[in-house]
Amino acid sequence: MDLATSNQEASVFAHHDKEFLVSLYRQMVSIREFEEQVQDLYNRTLIPGIAHLSSGQEAVAVGVCSALESDDYITSTHRGHGHCIAKGADMGRMFAELFGKVDGYCRGKGGSMHIANQDVGNLGANAIVGAGLSLATGAGLGAKLQKTTRVSVCFFGDGALNQGILLESMNMAALWRLPVIYVCENNQYGEYLPMERVTAGDVTKRGDAFGIPSMRGDGMNVLAVHESAKSAIERARAGHGPSFLVLDTYRYYGHGMSDRNRAYRSREEERHWRETRDPIKNFATMLLEHGLLTASSLALIETEVREQTLAAIEFGNNSPFPPPEEVTQHVYAD
Amino acid sequence: MSTLTELREITFAQAVNEALHEEMERDEKIILLGEDVAAAGGVWKLTEGLLDRFGADRVLDSPISEAGIAGVGVGAAMTGMRPIVEIMFGDFLTLVMDQLVNQAAKMYYMSGGRYKVPLVIRTTLGAGRRLAAQHSQSLQAWFAHIPGLKVVLPSTPYDAKGLLKTAIRDDNPVIFFEDKLMYQKKGRVPPASDPYTIPFGRADVKREGSDVTVVATSSMVYVALEAAETLAEEQISVEVIDPRTLTPLDQEGMVSSVTKTSRCLVIDEGYERFGVTAEIAAVISHRAFYALEAPVERIGAMNVPIPFSPILEDQTIPNVDRVVRAVRRLVKGNG
Repeated sequence: MDLATSNQEASVFAHHDKEFLVSLYRQMVSIREFEEQVQDLYNRTLIPGIAHLSSGQEAVAVGVCSALESDDYITSTHRGHGHCIAKGADMGRMFAELFGKVDGYCRGKGGSMHIANQDVGNLGANAIVGAGLSLATGAGLGAKLQKTTRVSVCFFGDGALNQGILLESMNMAALWRLPVIYVCENNQYGEYLPMERVTAGDVTKRGDAFGIPSMRGDGMNVLAVHESAKSAIERARAGHGPSFLVLDTYRYYGHGMSDRNRAYRSREEERHWRETRDPIKNFATMLLEHGLLTASSLALIETEVREQTLAAIEFGNNSPFPPPEEVTQHVYAD
Repeated sequence: MSTLTELREITFAQAVNEALHEEMERDEKIILLGEDVAAAGGVWKLTEGLLDRFGADRVLDSPISEAGIAGVGVGAAMTGMRPIVEIMFGDFLTLVMDQLVNQAAKMYYMSGGRYKVPLVIRTTLGAGRRLAAQHSQSLQAWFAHIPGLKVVLPSTPYDAKGLLKTAIRDDNPVIFFEDKLMYQKKGRVPPASDPYTIPFGRADVKREGSDVTVVATSSMVYVALEAAETLAEEQISVEVIDPRTLTPLDQEGMVSSVTKTSRCLVIDEGYERFGVTAEIAAVISHRAFYALEAPVERIGAMNVPIPFSPILEDQTIPNVDRVVRAVRRLVKGNG
């Protein structure tokens, strides 16, 4: 980190109170812990199906969602556990959903790739790459027409940059000045291919082309993400229309549970990101350097989060399966 | 219900237009989104007057982005609006399959009953306008195949108005198919002051008869009625029954008609193979088996892309002559 960045960082730190900064840290640790536990539960075949882990990407989810109100909307992706937690979900109900249990957010009908949480505006994870783009745009239209100041954030991966619906959605959001923030989590890989193999050109220009303010930033720095998201959100709330953020981050695990050897990238590259760019480690260092937390209070947070996560697993595991007759419920709303 | 003397004659197009006006008046959450629906009043002039009455916030001219507008409709529906999205030709539904099949249809179920999607897709079906293979298909079976969607096929102005109102008030995604050839068809409809609606899942007997039941959808109702006239001259009494909605499907209504007549022909303008006629024939064969005097017959579109040349196109869709011959075969054992 150079001096200029360091000074900038210091002034950003000064803008926030300790409680807020610690909450960012705690949320990132919670997501990491959640994902590690999910990995473990899958390895032990205790959770059916598949899951896509977001370890490494915590700063994007937390940085953006910490700038939102609880009634703002988000759409999420197949790699959506982090967004869900950052938007205010209860981990116990999340684990229940992953176990296919009735206390899950979707009564066990959605699973990892479809967790939605209407209480806090989470319109749901989505298993179709890019599908959230038009849904989030529609939520923005709804927010605008109902004369609310709500905004709608669309999280999507770099893989979704090449879905045609991106163009259709951004075009309408720009035309109608909709309060939508398009957040591309560039974790460098779409399934098993590096971004540059499948994605042409400077991706921020895709937003520029519609007159949408577009920027690329460090998705491993939670405060930087928060600041970028905050100005985009303020712009949207003020009725000035959409923004496009491309946030560079890294997916520590493979695409999904079956992607174990990750032959498309080197262990060295992974080590580099984990050791020098890790959003949690680097933020902890800053909290320590600024004297906001001590090493022992950091350790205490980790312990507390671990205990909460284990309690959440227990809640999920103890929840009953849905009664078999629920299979035909919720096909149609009455 | 109004008395017959109060009924006016209006066109199918006017009936749709009236339903849109009356519903948008009733509920300000209803918005209309589609290509040329606002300033131009729709390519079929079905949405005329709506922009002036309700303004550009509620009647939106969209870009030519079918997937985008369908998805925006789903997102808006999940967040408190009641959008009506017009997909100009039913063939363009191929562009919105993700938004309808993976998103709209499944959202309520996937969310464990949390997110409702009160969305109406108004679109068209039907060949016969010399519009060739990409503007003439009748794809209703695709959507009737998908749990979570409702599929509506009105055949008369009265049904169009009453069913469209029900569709708009429904909390589920509804695909509302209008045959382009029916827009100028006239029919009796109660005065605007009559707030009638028609519930889904109620078949309607369009002509009573005793020898054969013809189940017909959308514009095939008119083909069936014309065939029934011809057959009446041969002392064959045809009952024409219109299911009006494919999902939900009024099995009872059709089965009780066939139980009475003991013979059945099913016609629908979608492709015959794996089509609407196959499903309805299966239901009737199963549920009215012991009442049947002959196997259930069915006629759908030929299993070819709809050709342009009139002499070719006209062969591909069910017509009066084929219906007459099929009914004769059912009754007399020969065509």
